[in-house]
This record gives sequence, structure tokens and C-alpha cells, in this order.
Amino acid sequence: MSELLAEVAAWFAAEGRWSLTDSGGVPFRTAQHLYVSVTATVLAVLIAIPPALVLAHRRTAEAFASAVVNIGRAIPSFGLIVIFWLIAARTGWLGTDFWPLVGALVALALPPIFTNTYTAVREVDAPTVEAARGMGYDETRILTEIELPLATPVMLAGVRLAFVQVIATTAIGAIVTNGGGLGRYIVDGFAQGVGGRATVIGGALLLGALTLLAEAGFGGLQRLLTPTGVRRDTPVQDVTVGAAG
Amino acid sequence: MSGAAVVVAGLGQPAWSSVPGGVVAQAQRPLFEWDWVVRNGGRIWDATLEHLYLTGMAVGIGLAASLLLAVVALRYRRLYAPIIAVGGLLYTLPSLALFALLLPLVGISVTNAVIALTTYTILILVRNIVTGIDGVPAEVVEAAQGMGYQRRRLFLEIELPLALPVIIAGLRIASVTVIGLVTVTALLGLGGLGSFILTGFRVLPPFPTQIVVGTVLSVALAVLVDLLLLALEKALTPWSRRKATV
Amino acid sequence: MPETVSQTMIELDQVTKVFAGTTDPAVDALSLAVPRGELVVLVGPSGCGKTTTLKMINRIVEPTSGTITIDGQDQRTRPGYALRRDIGYVIQQIGLFPHKTIERNIATVPRLLGWDTHAITARVDELLALMDLDPAMRSRYPAELSGGQRQRVGVARALAADPPVMLMDEPYGAVDPLVRARLQDQLLELQADLAKTIVFVTHDIDEAIKLGDRIAILNVGGLLEQYDTPAEILRAPANDFVASFLGGERSLKRLSLIAARDAELVRGPVVPADASVDEAKRVGAAEGVDWVGVLDGARLRGWMWLNELDPAKAVGDSPTRDFRVWIQADTSLRGAVDAIVNTRNQVAVVYDGDHYQGMLFIESVSREILG
Repeated sequence: MSELLAEVAAWFAAEGRWSLTDSGGVPFRTAQHLYVSVTATVLAVLIAIPPALVLAHRRTAEAFASAVVNIGRAIPSFGLIVIFWLIAARTGWLGTDFWPLVGALVALALPPIFTNTYTAVREVDAPTVEAARGMGYDETRILTEIELPLATPVMLAGVRLAFVQVIATTAIGAIVTNGGGLGRYIVDGFAQGVGGRATVIGGALLLGALTLLAEAGFGGLQRLLTPTGVRRDTPVQDVTVGAAG
Repeated sequence: MSGAAVVVAGLGQPAWSSVPGGVVAQAQRPLFEWDWVVRNGGRIWDATLEHLYLTGMAVGIGLAASLLLAVVALRYRRLYAPIIAVGGLLYTLPSLALFALLLPLVGISVTNAVIALTTYTILILVRNIVTGIDGVPAEVVEAAQGMGYQRRRLFLEIELPLALPVIIAGLRIASVTVIGLVTVTALLGLGGLGSFILTGFRVLPPFPTQIVVGTVLSVALAVLVDLLLLALEKALTPWSRRKATV
Repeated sequence: MPETVSQTMIELDQVTKVFAGTTDPAVDALSLAVPRGELVVLVGPSGCGKTTTLKMINRIVEPTSGTITIDGQDQRTRPGYALRRDIGYVIQQIGLFPHKTIERNIATVPRLLGWDTHAITARVDELLALMDLDPAMRSRYPAELSGGQRQRVGVARALAADPPVMLMDEPYGAVDPLVRARLQDQLLELQADLAKTIVFVTHDIDEAIKLGDRIAILNVGGLLEQYDTPAEILRAPANDFVASFLGGERSLKRLSLIAARDAELVRGPVVPADASVDEAKRVGAAEGVDWVGVLDGARLRGWMWLNELDPAKAVGDSPTRDFRVWIQADTSLRGAVDAIVNTRNQVAVVYDGDHYQGMLFIESVSREILG
């Protein structure tokens, strides 16, 4: 075990590991990883949120909204990545390195973002919306000024979930493309057999750290974007002072 | 992306490598070859069973562990937050990283896969068990206590059955998630439907039929298990089917 | 009201409850004796500790200090769960087990006590009949029942093992007024047969007056302000708090507790059907009225004006007019007043079954109010 630790330590200390220019270095791989993940998440947000908002505001497509997240969960991310790669490889569109992976990641990120947004808007207190309508807000205004801000916390929770999932899945992308960021270390290490074990462990540690940091970092972003009035970061205290009567 | 060489993916020896012009230049197999499916029915069946076995092990062990953790969390409320935090941490860790980090401990083995897969069920299951039990109406618990139920019997006869719908909902999410993740265990050479996806991708030229079969069967398996669990829930909770007629 | 000096069934002695994290007691040194076979109502505003008191009796809440004895035995000598199997418990939200059929719900305590299946089935039949519930209901689930039916199943479940003591915590708080009145009447009928010792919690003073053999009025912090029969509390509230809690119309509320037969009934200006006109006039004059009632044995046939009598015939040979107001002897005075003021008469005829008991004049009701 200590031998392995030494190997891993040596791997981290290897020449060029932290070089900003080396394409095999940690900074480059991390940046690549985030580049793929952020692109996919942003695209998924742009694609999923507008229809979710409109459908939820109109109170339609309820069954679709609840089914979509289940379907999304059932699709194996590995299979989807390979299928996107296959399509790209056969058609020659957009190359095989970047876009097929991003496409698969977008497809995986859509369901949680869509469903959370939809639910978030649906859960906005009905009397609040009715009050707004009663005071003469038109539907667009209700959506943008009432429902959207109130739905923000739950909506962002969905984006956060999707983002973290995308970061994890980007690593799997290393199996099929030259992208895949930190996943590259793990996949390459595996390919080297026993000799690659330090690479595998090192990559896994970096990947784990990136995911947890992303999760925590997004939490901060979430707080920033949440309107003051609907913040829930002070937990509601239980006020059980015994039986009433 | 940089002009770095196409790096071979997966375990063991690559079937193709740094082909000039990439795979596009190669002769192509048809998108779907039904006769391959027919010829390999046995292999497909075995892989499906392997897939189910890994899923069953992970969800089964996950359920047992989660019940234990949930009971602890219900008894000592202060432990709920830390248990959920650790569960969340494990849930957040990418499966690829987790498989890799377990290597020094258990090597490439079924144990490795089962441990990793199990960790993904803990968060979902513990949370659903605890929420399910918290969701049992307070007056039902009070009535039971008022009639002389003791702690253990109250849990087994009243709380657990009433929490079943929420617990099974968690079980459904956990199972479907794990079935998807099992495809990745192909990287460890542990079989399952993911092995078709991996081989289909790694051979030259790529073999679309295998990729499609692996992916579609994995989805089908997830849907099937989900429906079976739903049916189980309906069978176990006859009281929630009939509604007020008055 | 009959003052039954019966043996005490439940006795609270200096019982205090201070909840963790609070300094003011929820119940403060409460002493209370509940006589065997009586229905005692704990009533008071929210925060008066009535529910806490109830829950201390079956140890769902443990007292901070003081003792509670049930049938002469300190309730702490037995484990809480065993104690509770001998005490019926009904709460406002009922708390039926949604995942068990009505039969299984009712059978809860007998099963905990380990009765054999035949005894349980027989007992369930008996209770369904007792609570006026359709036997076909036994295989249904609680979600399939109406609110009133669920409440009756709740009472049946509490009665299942025939406990000598019942605790009821605002059992009718969540049903509509019509159903509530019916359930209250049913409880009174049941209680007349079963004579359980019942402690009943409510915040509704009218419910307390209607149901209670005795009422304990509690003030915030679990202070006992008055403990007496409803009639006595209404007649002489111990202090301003009790008076204001009783609310307005105290006198009318008290009338609802007095049966017509216990009020001042008069024989009234009545004569037998075979009496002579002279006799009728004499009776009328003696009573100071210008009419007489005509009796057929124990039945009152009707009345007639004295000046319309035909001197040639017996009284009974002339046509009579009908009395407008007939009440039974167990009707409350409040009901009698209500009946009288709805006609232009000043009098109600009081019957006990078929037997004429006398007449109730509005003046005697007034005298009753002035007490």
C-alpha cells in the first residue's frame, strides 16, 4: 500500500504534471474537462428551460414532464456517448472529438433541468399567481416577474444536479474521444495495466476533487442567483414545545 | 481539441489505433445486423443475467445497509445530516473515479463493482426511507402508541408498511440508476450489457449492432425493473388503490 | 342533578408538567378526582394544558411531578404500553391505520392483548352493531369511509377490549356540526349503557355542558378554576374567568340541563270528561283562567273556553280545541321554552309516554332561571 502511495505521489510530482502548457498536464486536462462540461450544461439550460417555463406556466404536459426524468435516468450514459460518437464517425459531421461528447452530455443533462424547472414553476404558490393576475399582470409578466424568481431555487438545484452529473460523465467520454479531460488519466491508466495504476488513482483523485468542488462552487452560485426573499439557507427550526391544548 | 493522437480507450489491447483519417475512412458495417443478434442469443442472455446480477447485488446490499442507516438516523436524529452528507458525497463521485479508487483495495473484481454501485443507492434509499417514515401521519403514530404499541412493533407493523410507497419509489430510482451505471463496469471486464457497447466501439470497423443491443437492452431492463417494482408496490399497498366512495 | 358520591376511578394528585426547554409549567399542581362511571370534561382555552393532562393519564406524556392513580393503582407501576392497552384512546384526527381494514383497525388492541381469532371476530361484530356501522364495512379501508363513519370506527376501536377507562381528545373537533351533534347523542346513549369512566377534552363549552357529568374548567398554565356539575357551574361560576368562558346566555344554557319533569309542573285547570260545567267553571276560577283542559283518564283530550260550554251537557260532550305544545317529560327546559315561544300560548303540556304529567307555564321557567 505504501508503495502505491509513493507511486501516486511520484505521479503527482512528475515533470510537466502542473505545467500550464503541457496537454498532458493537470491544468490543461482540468480546463478541457470544464470546457466540455460547461458547454454541455449551458446548451442544456438554453434548450430545456424555455419550454419547461412555458409548459409549466400553461399547466400542460404534466405527464411528459414526469416521464422525461425517468426516461433520462434509464438511458446508460456510456451507451449514449458511444452512439453519439458512432453517428459522428459515420456521418463525418463536426468531428469525433468534441461535439459528439457534448451532444451526449446535453442529452443527459436535459431531463433533470427540464423536470426541475417544470416542477419549480408548478409549485409556485397558486394564490400568489392569482393575486398577480388579479392586479392586472399579463401572462408574460407573471412568468418573468413572479414564477421565474420564485422558482429559482428549485430550478437551480436541477441545473446543479445536471452539472455535477455532466462532470462525472465527461470522464467517461475519455473512452471514446480525445476529450474527456481528467477521465483521460483513468482510461489511459487502465489501458496500461498494472504499470498505469498510479495514473488511474491520480486521475480518480483529481476527478473526485473536481466534482466535489464543482458541487460546492455551484452551491455558492445558487445562493448568489436566488432572490433574497426566497432563500432557504436558514433552516426552519422545529418549534415543538410539547403537546398543544 | 489539440492535435494529440487518438488515444485508445478501454481495457487491454486496442483493436484499432491512430488510423490515418480516423474511423470514417474504414469500411462500414450496417447499422443493424439482425443475424448477429440471432447467432449470439446465448451471449446476450448471459450478459443480461450478469447485468441483473450486479444490479441485484448492489441494490440488495444497498437496501439492507440503507435500512440499517435509516433506523440509526431515525433513532439518533443528529446523525441524519452527516449520513446524508456522506451519502451525497458518494453519490457525487463519478463512477469511473470510484471504480478506480477501489482498485488498490479490492482489485478488478465483482466486489469492486458491487461496492461502487452500492454507494450510489445509499443516498437515495436512506433519504426515501427516512422521509417515508417521517411522512407517516402523526395521529396514526399517536393512536398506535395510545393503544399500547411498543417501539419495535410500531415500526414494523405501522410505520414501515405506511412508508412503503416512498421506499419503493426510492428503490425504483436506485435500481434504474444502477442499471445504467452497470454498463460502465464493462471497463473492469465484468461483463454485463456494457461489454457489447465497449466491444462494438473498439473493434475495427465499429460494430453498431453491438452498441445498439447493449444500450437498448440496458434501457429495456431499466424500464422492466421499474415496472416490476411498481407492480410490487401496488401489490403490497392494497389500501392506497381504493379511494373514498362516500 | 343527581349528586352521585361514587368511588374515584382516576385520581390526579398535584400533577405538574414542565416541558423540556420551557420554564412555565403546562400543567401546574393539578389535583382532580374522576368518579367511576362518569364522563368528565376538561375544557379551557388553548394553552390550558387540557390535552397534556389527558396524555399524562395514559403516559403518552410523563408528568414532571405528582402522581396519577387509576383504580387505586399508581399508573407508573406498569410499563406505559401495558397501561395503554387497558385505556381506550380517541383523538381528533382519529388516527385510523390507513393500511389496515376496518376489521383489523377495530381488532388492534385485542390483537395486542393476544385474544384468539374467534373472540376477536365476535367482538368486531358486536362493536360494528353497537356503533351502528354496516357489517359490510369490515373489509373496507379507512380511505373509503366518510368522516363520521371514521369517527365511529375510532370509538369502536377504542372500546374493543372493553377498557374501563376512555380518554377522548377533541374527538368531534373535525366533523361538521350536524354530524357532531349526532355523534354526541350516540356517545350519551352509549355511556348510558356502558358507564365507562371517560375523560373528554374539548375547547367547546357547549359540548362540555351537553356531555359532561362534571366539567373541569382549566385556565392557561393548567390551573383548575372550577370543577363541578355543569348545572352548578352555570348557576354559580367560581370567578370572572369561568363566567366569561361560559359566555353569554348562561341562563339559557342552564335550562338545557334541566328536564321538564324536574321543573315546577302544575296539574293545571283540567277536569275529567264526565265533569259538570259547574265543576269546570269552579276549577277555571280557582286557577284564574277562562278555559279548562279535558282529561280522558291519563290522556289530555284538549281544551275549551269556559264561556262556550253548554250547561246542559257534561264537559266531555262539547268539542275541544287542541293544545299546541306537547313535550315529553325528559325534554329540557330550553326545548320547552323554544316550543312555547314558537306558539302564542303560555303553556306546554308535559307527557311521560302516554301519561299526562302536568302543565309547564312560562312563568315557572322564569322562576327556574332566577333559581
